[in-house]
Amino acid sequence: MTSRRTLADREDVLGSVMLAPALGYVILLVGVPFVLAIALSFSNATAGSLSFQWAGLGNYVAILGDSIFLRALRNSVVVTVGTQVLVIILATAAAQVFRATFRGKRVARFVLLLPWAVPVSLAAIAWTWIFDSTFSVINWTLKAAGLMHGWLYWLGDPALALLAIIIVQAWRIFPFATVIVLAGLASIPQEIMEAAIVDGAGFWRRLLQIELPLLLPVVAVAVLFGVVYTATDLGVVYILTGGGPANTTHVLPTLAFQRGILGADLGQGAAIAVFLLPFLIVVAIAMLRIARRAEVGGAGGTGGAR
Amino acid sequence: MAGIEIRNLRKQFGDLHAVDGVDLSIRDGEFLVLLGSSGSGKTTLLRMIAGLERPTAGEISIGGERVDGDVPPRARGIAMVFQSYALYPHRTVFQNIAFPLEASRTPRQRIEEKVRWAANMFGITRYLDRYPRQLSGGERQRVALCRALVRDPKVFLLDEPLANLDAKLRNTARDDLKRFQRQIQTTTVYVTHDQVEAMGLGDRIVVMEHGKVRQVGTPQEVYEDPVDTFVATFVGQPPMNLLPLRDPSLPPGTLVGFRPEHLLPRSVFAAGEDLVTFRFAVRRVEYLGSDRYVYGAVMESAAPDATIIAKLPGTIPLTIPEGETHEFAVPRRLLRYFDADTGLRRRP
Repeated sequence: MTSRRTLADREDVLGSVMLAPALGYVILLVGVPFVLAIALSFSNATAGSLSFQWAGLGNYVAILGDSIFLRALRNSVVVTVGTQVLVIILATAAAQVFRATFRGKRVARFVLLLPWAVPVSLAAIAWTWIFDSTFSVINWTLKAAGLMHGWLYWLGDPALALLAIIIVQAWRIFPFATVIVLAGLASIPQEIMEAAIVDGAGFWRRLLQIELPLLLPVVAVAVLFGVVYTATDLGVVYILTGGGPANTTHVLPTLAFQRGILGADLGQGAAIAVFLLPFLIVVAIAMLRIARRAEVGGAGGTGGAR
Repeated sequence: MAGIEIRNLRKQFGDLHAVDGVDLSIRDGEFLVLLGSSGSGKTTLLRMIAGLERPTAGEISIGGERVDGDVPPRARGIAMVFQSYALYPHRTVFQNIAFPLEASRTPRQRIEEKVRWAANMFGITRYLDRYPRQLSGGERQRVALCRALVRDPKVFLLDEPLANLDAKLRNTARDDLKRFQRQIQTTTVYVTHDQVEAMGLGDRIVVMEHGKVRQVGTPQEVYEDPVDTFVATFVGQPPMNLLPLRDPSLPPGTLVGFRPEHLLPRSVFAAGEDLVTFRFAVRRVEYLGSDRYVYGAVMESAAPDATIIAKLPGTIPLTIPEGETHEFAVPRRLLRYFDADTGLRRRP
């Protein structure tokens, strides 16, 4: 037995020591690039040169007058919102299915989770084939089923291309959202659902008036993750359309990449990327508030005396 | 208004016979208590009446109509109060009580009237705009009762509605509940594991164990005339004393039972009463204010190690020294006889 105080006894020191790696990691790999991006957005730095000259708001003025940027900004909003709407509908429906017990449920759940596990680039390449102008399986199926005359140029038409992007993003995120919604469903006390049954509520009334309101905090979390995933994603759009046709399907990350890295204008690329920031912050704050309010509302609905 | 008829009802969960052949006839307007420990099948029985659980076999009729098939809960004319109250946390008290009425598409005007009427009955009118989380346990329980009441059910089903209240509140809530049921005269089935609740509330008590009904009777019948050793020891606190008496006049294998409050020092009985006297070796005396529990062994017992309890009311001031043997006695008419093997009641 030693009476000496070791490091493990000193909680103040131990805490800092154990937090240090995580903190260092965040500062080096998140903090530094973040500050660098903001700094670069106020400069006219270019790739391939070490010069760094203050440009003030020049980059921002330039992109705000640029119709391609404005279109990319609009696309980012459309894709992000559209994807979440699609994901929530699909995930709620899928969660209802997976709550039931049926043969092959394990296999089905495994298949459900696959899109989430597949690397984005591989999935996107597969989808380019599905949306291919000549070999599109969607077109082929629709035609064979007699539902379509003519031909859809999925990735050649700006509106269809955006829809294609939304479909792929939703496909990618919806398994994750389903798992979250399933967890949310499991957290609703059994007795509350039984009370609703005894009270005479049918399936739709239970879903719309009891389950969904109680699921709100959980759905908010799923949406929050979804927004971050979709808004910051580069891979799907880059592989699927590359921003085309004629720069009509760019989103902020792809445009930032094109201008900043491929076009070597680091300053402008950084300025475009910075536009993601307020967007994400507002969404994050809003979602966390909804989650918190609903959480307070949900707590204490059951259980005994205070 | 409706009675409930249950015929040979069974429910199996895998290998477990949760309810194992129950026959029960619940009268119109009766307050019936299902009493049993956890796993006795009382809640499963209630849930089958409610339609939340489908019977494996058997029949249930409510008000003369068979409901054991595919009749959903909402078509059975029942209302249920759950142990957790199961209030909808995101709805106000008003919206909670209105929910069953909305589900049956009652006109808005009528909903408003009925909710106010029910809330008034339980004295919760001033909480109508609050959320369940802002209420105490007792208030939540009353909201749950209101929600059940507004449906004008033929039958009330209550699943341990007082279990989550603290002891003090439980007494008042019990009284409120009984008065309320007397007033509206709706058939009520009440599940509890608390025998005090069962005795205090029930017009009749159904004692259940392992999915089977052991005894059906008024509280007095169940307490004074238990049909077997299970009911004898399950109902009553402390439980009935059971001992194998060495008495040649009794058939072999007989257990003699008597309530602790009937085992008293011989000296307190009037002369001429027909008594059975025991030598009672007192081990310990527990002072509980209104009563004293005297723990000891009866020397005439064939199992002299078994602890026998005497419950002396505070009105008997005798000192009972520990570690000594005293003469205690039980009036012969209060003795109950059981078969040691089957546990069933035996006539002396």
